[in-house]
Formats: sequence, C-alpha cells, structure tokens
Amino acid sequence: MTFSMDAFAAAIDLAAVLLLALGIKGLSKVSSARGANGLAALAMGLAVVGLLIQIRPDPIAWLWIAAGSAAGGLAGLVTARRVPMTAMPETVALFNGCGGMASLLVAMGVAIFDTGDADIVALVSIAVSVFVGAITFSGSIVAMAKLQGWLDTPGWTQSRLRHGVNISLAVLCLVSALLLPGDPSGLPLWLLMGGSTLLGIGVTLPIGGADMPVVISLLNSYSGVAAAAAGFVVGSQLLIVAGAMVGAAGLILTQVMCTAMNRSLVSVLFGGALGASAGAVGGGGSEAGYTRITSCSAEECAMALEQAERVVFVPGYGLAVAQAQHSLRELAKLLESHGVQVSYAIHPVAGRMPGHMNVLLAEADVPYEQLLEMDLVNPEFPRTDVVIVLGANDVVNPQAKNDPTSPLYGLPVLEVDQARQVFVVKRSLGSGYAGINNALFEMPQTAMVFGDAKAVLNGLLSELRSMGVGKVKVAA
Amino acid sequence: MSVLTQSLWVLLLGSLLGLELIGKVPPTLHTPLMSGANAISGITVLASLTLIQQAGDNTALLVIGALSLGFALYNVIGGFLVTDRMLAMFRRKGDSR
Repeated sequence: MTFSMDAFAAAIDLAAVLLLALGIKGLSKVSSARGANGLAALAMGLAVVGLLIQIRPDPIAWLWIAAGSAAGGLAGLVTARRVPMTAMPETVALFNGCGGMASLLVAMGVAIFDTGDADIVALVSIAVSVFVGAITFSGSIVAMAKLQGWLDTPGWTQSRLRHGVNISLAVLCLVSALLLPGDPSGLPLWLLMGGSTLLGIGVTLPIGGADMPVVISLLNSYSGVAAAAAGFVVGSQLLIVAGAMVGAAGLILTQVMCTAMNRSLVSVLFGGALGASAGAVGGGGSEAGYTRITSCSAEECAMALEQAERVVFVPGYGLAVAQAQHSLRELAKLLESHGVQVSYAIHPVAGRMPGHMNVLLAEADVPYEQLLEMDLVNPEFPRTDVVIVLGANDVVNPQAKNDPTSPLYGLPVLEVDQARQVFVVKRSLGSGYAGINNALFEMPQTAMVFGDAKAVLNGLLSELRSMGVGKVKVAA
Repeated sequence: MSVLTQSLWVLLLGSLLGLELIGKVPPTLHTPLMSGANAISGITVLASLTLIQQAGDNTALLVIGALSLGFALYNVIGGFLVTDRMLAMFRRKGDSR
C-alpha cells in the first residue's frame, strides 16, 4: 500500500465523519431533513469505499463481501419498499436489532478465531461489544414483537421477581465479562452472550406498549455504542467516532421523547407497564367507572359537523391502528368544500411514537399547514365548534391539568374540553395506556361515537353526502 | 500518543459531538430522526468488512463476517430508504416553512 493511497483513504474518512455529523444535524430540521438523510447515506458509502481502499480485499474476501452485501442489501430494499407507514416503529426496531446482531457477530468471530495477538483493550472491547450487541438484538426483537402485537406483557413480568432475575443476569454478564480476557473463546464468551440476550428480553418484556418508542430510541443509542465497541475490536477510528456520535445523539433523542411523554427514563425502564400496578393489566379498564356517558350515532355527529364553522380533528393511536388516515383526509376535504375550516391537533406523542402521526397524515396528503402542534392549537379550542377525537385518550384527558392525584398529572394535553362540542370516536370505553378513566368522556359537551375509526369516518362521509354536503362540487 | 489513548480521545470527542448535534427536534421529526440515526449505527459494516478481510482462508470466520455484513447492510440500506420514504412525504411542507 502506498503512502498516497493511505492519505487518500484518510481524507475520505474525514469527509465521511464530517458528512455524518452534518447529516445527523440536518435531520433535526424539517427543511433539511431529506437532504441530510442523503448526506448521511453518502457518508456511509464513502466510509465503505475508504475502507476497501485501505484493506484491499483479496478475491476470496470479495466473494464473501459480495454474498453478504447482496443478501443484506436486497432484503433491506424489499423491506423498506413494502412496509406500511403504520408499521414504522416496529420496522425501526427490526433494523436496529439487526445492527446489534452485526456487532455481536463481529465480536464473536474475533473472539473465537482471531485473538492470537489481541491485547487487553481488544479483549475488553470484545466483551463490551458482545454485551451491548446481544442486548440490542434481543431487546429490539422483543420491542418489535410487542408493537406487532405478537407478544403481550405477561403478568409475571410485572412482579418484583423480575428485578431479581434481571439483576442475576446482569451479575452473570459482569462475571463472564471479567473472566473473558483469560479465556476469550471459552465458556465465559458463551455465558456472556446468553446472559446478555436474556437480559435484553428480561428488561424489555415488562415494558408496556406506550413506552416502547422510548425503548426503541434507547436501544438505537445502544447500537451506536455497540458499533463504537466494534470499532475498538477491529481498530477503526471512523467506526468509533460514528458509533459514539449516534450513541450520544440517540441518548438525547430518548431524553427528548421522555420529556414529551412526561415520563422519566428510570420509570420507563424499571417501572413496569404504566398503570399495570393499578390492577388494569390486560388493556381494558373498567367500564363501571363511568357513570355519565352519552353516546351518539354517526348521523348525529354528521349533523353537528354540517353546522360547524371550525372543526379540529385529534388523531391518535386508534386512527393509526385502523389505518383511517385516508378516510379522515377525505372527510376533511368534504367539509372544506362545504366551507368548514378544518385543522388537525397533533399531540407530541400522538400515534405510536413521537412524530408518527405527522408521517401518517402526510402520507394521506394532508396539507402541512393544517397540522397544528399542541402549543398552537390549544388557544384555538375555545373558538372551535366541533372537536373529533379519533382513537386518542390520555392526551386529551383534562385530569392531567386539573387533578393532582391523577397519574397523568403534569402531562401536557390537548385542551379539547374547551371546545363547544366534542365527539370521541373509540372502539370501547377501555382505558388508554395510563389505565385510568378519562374525565373528558363524562363532560356534558362530550358524546361517544363507538366503533372502529375507519368505519365511523366512512359512516360520517356517507351521512354527510346524503345530506347533500359537497354535492355542488361533485356536480361541477 | 498510543493508539488506545488516541481512540479514547476519538470516543470522547465523538460522544460530545453527538450530544451537541441535536438539541431541539420538532416532534414531527422524532420518528425519521430515530430511523436515520438507526441507519447510521449500521456503520458497523466497516467492522464486518475488516473481519472478512482478516479471515484469510478461515471459512467459518468468512461465514460469520458475511452474515454480519448482511445484517449490518440490512440495517443501513433499509434504514436510509425507509427514512427517505418518510421524509419524502414532507416535501411540500419544507417549502412552507
């Protein structure tokens, strides 16, 4: 290898780090986000080219590189194309798990076959890489399975026993990590791998669905740490700096998300499923807790909409689950053609993960100007004729403002109770993630419209059309 | 400066940079940012490539390297594409802000 080639590769590495940093920074602004994502992808490509120039693989290595790249790249392409927007959180979890798996495999490979000249730094890095990689992998897969609904929160995971189990596993990991340098490819390695994998499961399984986005974000940060550790294992400074950057940025993002959800990281990780201790395990709250519920039909709701001048939709998890964003957009269009002023109130944690609702509504071609964030929309509610809450619950609960004894107290909420009339579209009176009743449902101006969000929206559409709303437009 | 010291400096400065890079993120972008950062963490492809190169004629190690390369690239390619798909939907709004 000539000096000039080395210098060239080093220059490419530096460019890659710079572009990665600019990419992460740009991703946090709406106007630059898409370009920034491209920059980061370019940086990744540069880093790979730079490395290939440095290591100059022999023909056999090229063959295996081609095989691995083709399989992984193709699978990534297909997944990215096929996956529906509503399944984004679990997709990120799956990708993240695979990143952790990659770091784990590298460390295992080096530990088993390649520790002849390894110093203590490399050996410690191997232990860290195996530990973090395995936790990232198993934790992410559990998170994905829970978001997909393949896994529930088993009752036994809510008992105090789980802390004992997890602490024992952590101790097992620590001991095997300490023993690993003495016998890199022996029993400690396998104990460490097994213990970390189980620990990832044990820590993630008790956490409720509402907190899963925070967990995924945290695991995402871990996979950065795993990459940095792998950088120590193979001696790549580019990998160390990139992994450290992503790890730290992921930690900040996790913190931002926690703040938006009014949760602390500690309570997310060790508190168990929110509300589970209140005896509401199994998802359904007690309907008996409600005494003054008014329910109404789609027809009555449509009549109110037809009369309204200002309508605000509050989309939530239920809308995402029912995949009703397109029906919602259609209803909004119809109302607009009737002269109604329509907007959407977006709570910071609406949907299944912060920002997820914006993505879903953008997919349905909702104009960006109509999406109002909480601080902007709250002063508007007193002048709003009709609010339609679609599958949101805790984020519109007035107790978060008024009732210091409520577990939600302090959570910033959408003040829909200020509006003249509120319709809550919900499948049942089941409680939200917090497992508590919602005072909004019992307020005099509130009526419940029971049903699947998509079915109710389509019902509203046909009711409005049969009233003649939007007819002029259709005829013209 | 030894390689270890140098690497630790790199680790420290990289972490500090990461802490500073994102301060205020509009909630709209939480999901895409997480997804983009996740794609970047697939940078562990570099480790996989190095492992394959170092494997020589050790077939088991070549297999492990190729497997890890596959997993890492799945993370990278899938991550960037899916982030792009999400962000592409914000196009019009980019103009309005």
